[in-house]
Amino acid sequence: MDLSKATFWGFKRENGRIGVRNHVLILPVDDLSNAASLAVETAIKGTLAIPHPYGRLQFGADLDLHFRTLIGTGANPNVAAVVVICIEEQWAKKVADGIAATGKPVAYFGIEQHGDHDTIMRASKKAKEFVQWASELRREERPLKDLWISTKCGESDTTSGCGANPTVGNAFDKLYPLGNTLVFGETTELTGGEHLVAARCRTDEVRKKFQFMFDRYQAVVEAHKTSDLSDSQPTKGNIEGGLTTIEEKALGNIQKIGRECLIDGVLDKAEEPTGPGLWFMDSSSAAAEMVTLCAAAGFTVHFFPTGQGNVIGNPILPVIKLCANPRTVRTMSEHIDVDVSGLLRKEMSPDQAGDALLECMFRTANGRLTAAEALGHREFVLTRLYESA
Amino acid sequence: MIHFVVHDENDSVGVVVVEGVKAGATLTGWIMDQDREITFKAANDIPIGHKLAIKALAKGDTVIKYGTDIGKVVAAIGVGEHAHVHNIKTKRW
Repeated sequence: MDLSKATFWGFKRENGRIGVRNHVLILPVDDLSNAASLAVETAIKGTLAIPHPYGRLQFGADLDLHFRTLIGTGANPNVAAVVVICIEEQWAKKVADGIAATGKPVAYFGIEQHGDHDTIMRASKKAKEFVQWASELRREERPLKDLWISTKCGESDTTSGCGANPTVGNAFDKLYPLGNTLVFGETTELTGGEHLVAARCRTDEVRKKFQFMFDRYQAVVEAHKTSDLSDSQPTKGNIEGGLTTIEEKALGNIQKIGRECLIDGVLDKAEEPTGPGLWFMDSSSAAAEMVTLCAAAGFTVHFFPTGQGNVIGNPILPVIKLCANPRTVRTMSEHIDVDVSGLLRKEMSPDQAGDALLECMFRTANGRLTAAEALGHREFVLTRLYESA
Repeated sequence: MIHFVVHDENDSVGVVVVEGVKAGATLTGWIMDQDREITFKAANDIPIGHKLAIKALAKGDTVIKYGTDIGKVVAAIGVGEHAHVHNIKTKRW
């Protein structure tokens, strides 16, 4: 596939970033604001509420991550405008101000001294304004490099490592020289292959930062583990699918970064990259947590290889699923966007599989709903670092 | 027809990629990195996605897949036998 002149159709945002969806988000800052947010979503058609269970009495780095994730989600170019709701108006304003730095329309509402009824009414009026405004925005043709693509696999099995993950790797190797912004992560799921990732870092400085993040996460596992983690990592699904050890899972996992592209930098959780290239994000390997962090870091399309059939989606980030396991493709076909099971029958070359994924990427970027979007998968899962105060 | 795949010719295991492999079946394997085919006999029933040993492995041996260490053998595995969590464990954690 000749990608040198390839384009897609996206929404140009006020800060110059290009989105592929046009959501008007109703964003609760805390658990207490979910009810009002969902009521606004019900009242105003075309809006999207993203309820979650956190936001009260967090502190320090955990609170910073909470704000960074919420602000990043609102700031993502797949979002046209945002209504922020919080029990306390001051924190609603803090999140709204962070999002408003992108230049997009944002409004915020506090529930205290108003109650749910008045908050829902005020927020609904603003949401209606936003949704009608957003509905008149039009897509424009943009160069491929304006697309930011994240990857994370889930419910992996051995076919992930020999089929679906190398397909993402093939696509990443094709996108990297064009100047696309790419990210992978899953820190503990590199265990056993961390030396291969370290060897792919572009500079010693990047390698040192990667190794620091890897070692820190290993220390977390060592500090809290009560077993060899064989009940959690690999998961029961991984083991059912034939994976035996974390090392085997990790070596399959890192097929996603291809064979040629280098790691240009490392990111903290939900941190936005500062330029094109391949980035490593220190992150949980739990699917919805990692994809939520990618969305908050500004990524606009996601490649999700699966073996046993993870059904995850995200509210604002289209999640493209690919699978090489013929049994999963047969039994869970409604979840799979790209079937690459032909790879394992020698009916499809790695190059053809990579192109099939890229073709789906263009269609998705241009507006076609992914299986996860059509099925209503909107998993929005915030990463917590430790207990609330 | 391909019944199992091997990443690298130095690997000690291959991955079954078809459903319904029964003990005694003759299996054709594809070594992906070297694009070469090999044949083995399955010693056990092996589910899709699970591994068979293509080298005899003794207790304490290192299992190689992707040309890399994926763990240690905790119970001997004969050629063609099912290689999984009952006879292989992680060396980490």
